[in-house]
Amino acid sequence: MGGVEKKKYERGAATNYITRNRARKKLQLSLPDFRRLCILKGIYPHEPKHKKKVNKGSTAPRTFYLLKDIKFLLHEPIVNKFREYKVFVRKLRKAYGKSEWSTVDRLKDNKPTYKLDHIVKERYPTFVDALRDLDDALSMCFLFSTFPRTGKCHVQTIQLCRRLAVEFLNYVIASRSLRKVFLSIKGIYYQAEVLGQPITWITPYTFAHDHPTDVDYRVMATFTEFYTTLLGFVNFRLYQSLNLLYPPKIDGQADIELTPAEGKEYAMDSESYLEKLSALSSTLARVVAPTHEEEVELDEFPVEGETAEQMDARKKEQEALEKHKKLFEGLRFFLNREVPREALAFVIRCFGGQVSWDKSLCIGATYDVSDPSITHQIVDRPQVQQQVVGRYYLQPQWVFDSVNAKLCLPVADYFPGVLLPPHLSPFVTEQEGDYIPPEKLKLLAMQRGEEPDEESEEEEEEEEEDNDKEEEEEDESEKEEEIKLKKLEEQKTQGNKALPVTVTAGKVRLEDKQRLEQEQQSEEKRLAIMMMKKREKYLYKKIMFGKKRKIREANKLAAKRKAHDAAVKEQKKKSKKARQA
Amino acid sequence: MALLAHNEYEEDSSDEEDIRNTVGNIPMEWYQDFPHVGYDLEGKRIYKPIRNKDELDLFLEKMENPDYWRTVQDPKTGADLKLTDEQLELVQRLQKGQFGDVHFNPYEPSIDFFTHEVMIHPVTNRPADKRSFIPSLIEKEKVSKLVHAIKMGWIKPRKPKEETPTYYDLWAHEDPNSILGRHKMHVPAPKMKLPGHEESYNPPPEYLLSEEERLAWEQQEPEERRMSVVPQQHRSLRAVPAFPRFIHERFERCLDLYLCPRQRKMRVNVDPEELIPKLPKPRDLQPFPTTQALVYRGHTCLVRCISISPNGQWLASGSDDGSVRFWEVSTARCMHALSFGAVVKSLAWNPNPSICLVAIAVEQTVVLVNPCLGDKLLYGATDQLLASYVPPDEERVQPVQWVPATAEQHRKGIRLLLQHGKEVKQVTWHGKGDYLASVVSDNSNQQVLIHQSSKRWSQAPFRRSKGLVQCVLFHPIRPHFLVATQRYIRVYNLLKQELTKKLMSNCKWVSSMAIHPGGDNIICGSYDSKLAWFDMDLSTRPYRLLRHHKRALRSVAFHKRYPLFASASDDGTVIVCHGMVYNDLLQNPLLVPVKVLKGHELTQDLGVLDVLFHPTQPWVFSSGADGTIRLYT
Repeated sequence: MGGVEKKKYERGAATNYITRNRARKKLQLSLPDFRRLCILKGIYPHEPKHKKKVNKGSTAPRTFYLLKDIKFLLHEPIVNKFREYKVFVRKLRKAYGKSEWSTVDRLKDNKPTYKLDHIVKERYPTFVDALRDLDDALSMCFLFSTFPRTGKCHVQTIQLCRRLAVEFLNYVIASRSLRKVFLSIKGIYYQAEVLGQPITWITPYTFAHDHPTDVDYRVMATFTEFYTTLLGFVNFRLYQSLNLLYPPKIDGQADIELTPAEGKEYAMDSESYLEKLSALSSTLARVVAPTHEEEVELDEFPVEGETAEQMDARKKEQEALEKHKKLFEGLRFFLNREVPREALAFVIRCFGGQVSWDKSLCIGATYDVSDPSITHQIVDRPQVQQQVVGRYYLQPQWVFDSVNAKLCLPVADYFPGVLLPPHLSPFVTEQEGDYIPPEKLKLLAMQRGEEPDEESEEEEEEEEEDNDKEEEEEDESEKEEEIKLKKLEEQKTQGNKALPVTVTAGKVRLEDKQRLEQEQQSEEKRLAIMMMKKREKYLYKKIMFGKKRKIREANKLAAKRKAHDAAVKEQKKKSKKARQA
Repeated sequence: MALLAHNEYEEDSSDEEDIRNTVGNIPMEWYQDFPHVGYDLEGKRIYKPIRNKDELDLFLEKMENPDYWRTVQDPKTGADLKLTDEQLELVQRLQKGQFGDVHFNPYEPSIDFFTHEVMIHPVTNRPADKRSFIPSLIEKEKVSKLVHAIKMGWIKPRKPKEETPTYYDLWAHEDPNSILGRHKMHVPAPKMKLPGHEESYNPPPEYLLSEEERLAWEQQEPEERRMSVVPQQHRSLRAVPAFPRFIHERFERCLDLYLCPRQRKMRVNVDPEELIPKLPKPRDLQPFPTTQALVYRGHTCLVRCISISPNGQWLASGSDDGSVRFWEVSTARCMHALSFGAVVKSLAWNPNPSICLVAIAVEQTVVLVNPCLGDKLLYGATDQLLASYVPPDEERVQPVQWVPATAEQHRKGIRLLLQHGKEVKQVTWHGKGDYLASVVSDNSNQQVLIHQSSKRWSQAPFRRSKGLVQCVLFHPIRPHFLVATQRYIRVYNLLKQELTKKLMSNCKWVSSMAIHPGGDNIICGSYDSKLAWFDMDLSTRPYRLLRHHKRALRSVAFHKRYPLFASASDDGTVIVCHGMVYNDLLQNPLLVPVKVLKGHELTQDLGVLDVLFHPTQPWVFSSGADGTIRLYT
């Protein structure tokens, strides 16, 4: 038992972690700077397995970072820039205090700046990594681009966000990589597939924001700073991959059309260019003039260990995807002014449709309402006064539902003023045992190619009527039976009065063997569960609880739906009767 | 100008002339409630003119007086004043927003004195200062300072701006093998949950919350909610409002990204069926009692204890109604009843088949009763055995008094009375049938007493108390004596008079115990609804703790022949388990629950109070708080 006494907390877990405050002191940074650094470098706290050991015996709640992370931050060139900036601010304040304006100018000229390129490269060593993490970047940029140009954050940031977001939208249009759209009550969700990576982002509905007071905009701004850098590089790479010019240029022919007729240099030219881009109505210029024989038959390399069936399935999938990409090809849309223009224009153009709007609504309209070649007009008002023959007037949900269903849905359910069918989330993939709404079942059947029989409803109604009659008949028959039973009972009671004791004929009790078997098995199971160890029993109960809850929820939804359908039917019947009367 | 001023004076009414009221420049409302409006130069009151005109007079005046429209009231004097034409004109001009003076022209052409154009003549004729010809000393100083700073290298020429494009192909030379710059412990941020049907602006109707569900949702803590928003239905897209918490949600995501510890969570992907242990099927472990066969009714209060005769023909039961009943097992017939008038705490049938004797604990006495059942020879022999007692020559000091029964008691079957000083809790026989032990509710060393019935001699085996004794038991084979206190079971060797083993029960309060006929395994039930199985060869800790019952265990029992044991609990069930003990020391006992027997009703929160196996058959008796004894076969 000799030797030097081992000191506690000098080896093991305690040395792998460092508290936030100690880390801050080690880096010689103020807390806001430390936060910014963590955000930019993507460093997050860790939860040690044995908190007490790491916390040197204390149980006080502390945030722990991995010591390796902090050591890694020590070499970060940006840390020095932060310090430089701090010095700069101090100097500037001093100059202001002394009213030395020339010094102020000089200092402002030499304002230290930093770049985040290397951090982007470091956090995302490969391009696919960057794509994988693009969800938050896009959502944030779309949010910031809707902010007002006053207060809250720098105007430059907002403009940059808007630019990057528009560039990304244009890329998605050019590559036709949009897959799913969902109108939620929070905003509009989009999902695109870029290089095999699903990228989901959400955009708010276009309303002014009610800026909350309990949100730290500095944190969000720091995130946005990083995200804009990331998104810029990603956009560059994406445009390059499609042979598009970056920064994007509108395709030459379209450009001529769009330039103002006066020929004078317009004062806000750069801004108007962005607006033209954000109209999403024109194609982008390519580095190399597009050759029209792009669709080269791809050679097929059979993967080893892949059966013919799998190959066929893959081929079919590929075909379906191609078909999905050309969903709106050849259709010409016109957007009324009350529908969300940007979302609809984006979605329609992503699937090959042509789209236009009123000239006074936004720049970039390509054709007029009166154009006879318009096939669909998107309308969101109770009724349309002047209808033009030869085009469908549809509510915007049709576009989104069609995209999600991967086929042009029947238009009848989406006419203006009609009660819309429910809008389902395309992100839900039902597993076995989950509740599937009937609309989804219908849709799945339609995708499989089964024709939805529209006559069935009428038939149903007829059947209903029949049922009504039958029910009435049944009621009558039931009444008769009741009368009979009553008579029998009376007879019995009379008989009882006559004789104090009656002998009732014994019934042969049929023992249901299956049920007995089942009961026995369930009892065996119960007994076995009794013998489980405590930990296993806990786990088992937890799993079973989860399963049961799932079933319960599914049943509840189904029951609710049934009740709702019944109520609707009842309503229909009543109104029908009222009409008949 | 002078001329103009003169004219002004002429036209203006002089102040002095006009002042008749001397109150000065004060708000005239102050005189509202007085009959006068001030004082004249002599200091006399100026009275307001009498206005006794009513509405009609006013109206008439309005109609008749052609100057009514230009008459105003002088606030200083209260008198009516007729405005002159000049005054009227002034008022009209002011109303139009024009200047009061008729002759004032607001639109005179402006004369540009200080133009932007440089004139050949200076505006002022002041000669230039001397200092404008002399080089400035201050400037010289400043310049020299700058020169010095440049020389010393304090001021550096402006750095040329880096002219790299903002965005370029960052991943031109990407290395797919390079792991994230830091280390392998990096966990990429999880993606946000994708929305389900319930978040749609127009969800299917079944996803909308009913009134109660919505209330429940509102009452939950925001962290506990399974849905972050209440599903809403909008008839059309134009009716959808902005989401008020959009910025909040983004911000929370940001916080999650940089403040939340990340951890790879191992999802347990277990088939729950696999967790269930594979046990031999109860069907293969038969025989064991499965169905209720007989109910012994007769007691009016809860039946605390039961005991069976060694040949399995008779059953004795003691109840809170103060009676002991003897039953014939096969017919459920009450052979006879003894009434003691006090709660029967415990009773035990002598295990020796040649002796027909039952020890009954009633209040402070243990009564030895000959039930006079079965073979007449047998119970006659028992009586003879008891009668053959010869008192010893010298009286010894005993902890209890042995009192022979009186004639009347004798007729009832009572043979001997052992009068303890305190309440007796439990009584039990040794396997040979000569010794019996009784437990007294006391906290002294005399809690446990051992009596020898043939010699009518008692002794207290322990010198010191080791806590409240719950129950005692004689070892079936070895000369051991088991004493269960609240938490421990102590095994004493009666021959060597020493403690052989102390078993830790791991329970809060032991209620009962039973010993395997093999003698190496003990089960003990506790009030915290656990049943502990001890393997005495293995360890002093329980080999297995069984938590089968939901409530306190009242009694446990082993079968003498079959590998069965049973436990009775307050939840009204008796659980019969298969407990196979192997002769091979390396093989652990096999414990399998085989049957849950239900039948007793809960009364006063008590269920089954005692459980007992038939000595030869795989039958089990249970006595409950509902006053019945049930036989399961």
